[in-house]
Amino acid sequence: MTTAIATLSPKTARPLGYWLSSAFLALVVTAAALAPLVAPYQPDAVDFAATLAPMSPEHLLGADQSGRDLFTRILYGARTSLIGPLVLLAIASVLGVALGTLAAWHRGWVDAVVSRLTDVMYAFPGLLFVVLIVAVFGNGMTTAVVALGLAYTPTIAKYTRSVALAECAKPYIDAYRVQGMGGFTICVRHLVPNMARSLVGYLVVLFGEGLMSLATLSFLGFGAQPPSSDWGLMVKEGQPAIVQGAFLPVLVPGAAIALVVVSFNVIGVRVADRMGVKA
Amino acid sequence: MVRKLAGLVATLLATSFVIFGASYAAPGDPVTFLAGGKENLTPEYLAAIRAQYHLDDPFLVQYGRWLGDAVTGDLGRSTQYNDQVFDLLLARLPSTFGLVAYAAVLFVVFGIALGVLAAVRGGRTDAAVVAGTTFATSVPPFVIATALISLFGVQLGWFPVMGGGSLWHLTLPAVTLALGALAIISRVTRQAMIEQRELDHVSVARASGLPERLIVVRHVLRGALGPIVTMCGLVTAGMLAGTVTVETAFGLNGIGSLLVHAINTHDFPVTQAVLLLMVAAYIAVTTLVDLVQPLIDPRVRRRA
Repeated sequence: MTTAIATLSPKTARPLGYWLSSAFLALVVTAAALAPLVAPYQPDAVDFAATLAPMSPEHLLGADQSGRDLFTRILYGARTSLIGPLVLLAIASVLGVALGTLAAWHRGWVDAVVSRLTDVMYAFPGLLFVVLIVAVFGNGMTTAVVALGLAYTPTIAKYTRSVALAECAKPYIDAYRVQGMGGFTICVRHLVPNMARSLVGYLVVLFGEGLMSLATLSFLGFGAQPPSSDWGLMVKEGQPAIVQGAFLPVLVPGAAIALVVVSFNVIGVRVADRMGVKA
Repeated sequence: MVRKLAGLVATLLATSFVIFGASYAAPGDPVTFLAGGKENLTPEYLAAIRAQYHLDDPFLVQYGRWLGDAVTGDLGRSTQYNDQVFDLLLARLPSTFGLVAYAAVLFVVFGIALGVLAAVRGGRTDAAVVAGTTFATSVPPFVIATALISLFGVQLGWFPVMGGGSLWHLTLPAVTLALGALAIISRVTRQAMIEQRELDHVSVARASGLPERLIVVRHVLRGALGPIVTMCGLVTAGMLAGTVTVETAFGLNGIGSLLVHAINTHDFPVTQAVLLLMVAAYIAVTTLVDLVQPLIDPRVRRRA
């Protein structure tokens, strides 16, 4: 789950792709925010007369087995599908930045402990760790988001540590120290804000990946639960209809996930490139 | 070597400890948690669970006993299938191994071929390979799975949609599983080839008039093999976790789908066993890669 992004080459980000991706994401975010105004139906309005309806003026993207309008569900689903990764990255970056900064600032045994911890977490496919947490604390969006947040923490901690090490060597840090400023104040007021640029670039790259992981969990039944219209869950629920020859319930949310993740990767690579991030 | 083995055992112990201890982290009494669903809670059943896990012993003693049992193949009984977990795993392992092996062949052959092609041809071919692999890593496997089923399974009818067993059944799942890995391998191959191409011995080979094909195969690819093999091993190890999604999407009866089913039905003994197995296999494969490295690359041998 975590290795894919590291190998992306910056060459793929062409300005055209960048603008298209930005425009598409802006559209998705607006649609998610305005879902109640734009959507023609309620996301959980069942209409068995419209079961597996094809594309039509009434149902722009068709309807699922229960006759729920797919266009409406995609719009509402954009909310969970975008807020989920946002929260998980918030958890991961707060913990990861704190740990990474701590390790780089104190060095010595603190650094050794943090590095060993991240190495151990790095040694396994993140999915297995998440699965264990879900198995223990029960299925649900909250568990899935928190578990993924914890799983992403080492990645961010490791990255923060490498950036912070370079930053700590700069003379301004020593200057503050000589002035008698405390370590905590220097870190919070000066060190972390100065790293923010490269951290944000890295987080954009991780956002698409987080969305993908969360959708995968929902698809497996570990994350969002019915009647949520989370995109991953929609794919899971639409699967039985495939054999009946109705592909829309699966392809519509699947395409939504793919397009959003591709957009985030294109933008992330470009942002990272511009900020000189070694993603 | 000894240090490496010790580290290996330590990692295994630590993970088994986490996997075992997890049942204590669950909210509520471990007995009710281990018993699974609420409908199972007869006093006799709880007593059986208590005896099976020796829940009245101190924590560390319980862990030691659980680990000892696990090593000797006694992984407890499934709360859902009412069967020995070991037998459940044994019945489903061949399908998963088949899938992983099939996918591994696909991604090694096509991944390296694409990477070499991109590095050697350059220009438009290179751009196409890079763009294609970027796209492949951006689409989650379960979306690829459903798209493949829709297109090749139902619309065109080339492949069976349900069931398993034959190579034919495994083709779409293996392609899905291999796609992400293929992207990673082709990128690593391309990068390593480009780095190797700049080295002096390649220029010498070219200056002495060797045919380009021979230069690419004997000198460039040969030198680049180290990182490629390492990555192939890591990716194969990671695939064990990938089977969770792919087997669920295709309805295959492997240990991946067993894990998903076990979690959705609160079958903790099975969950523990599958996780333990996956982690152990992951560690085994990555260690194997470390051991193979000196055989491929004499430079590593000398350094060691």
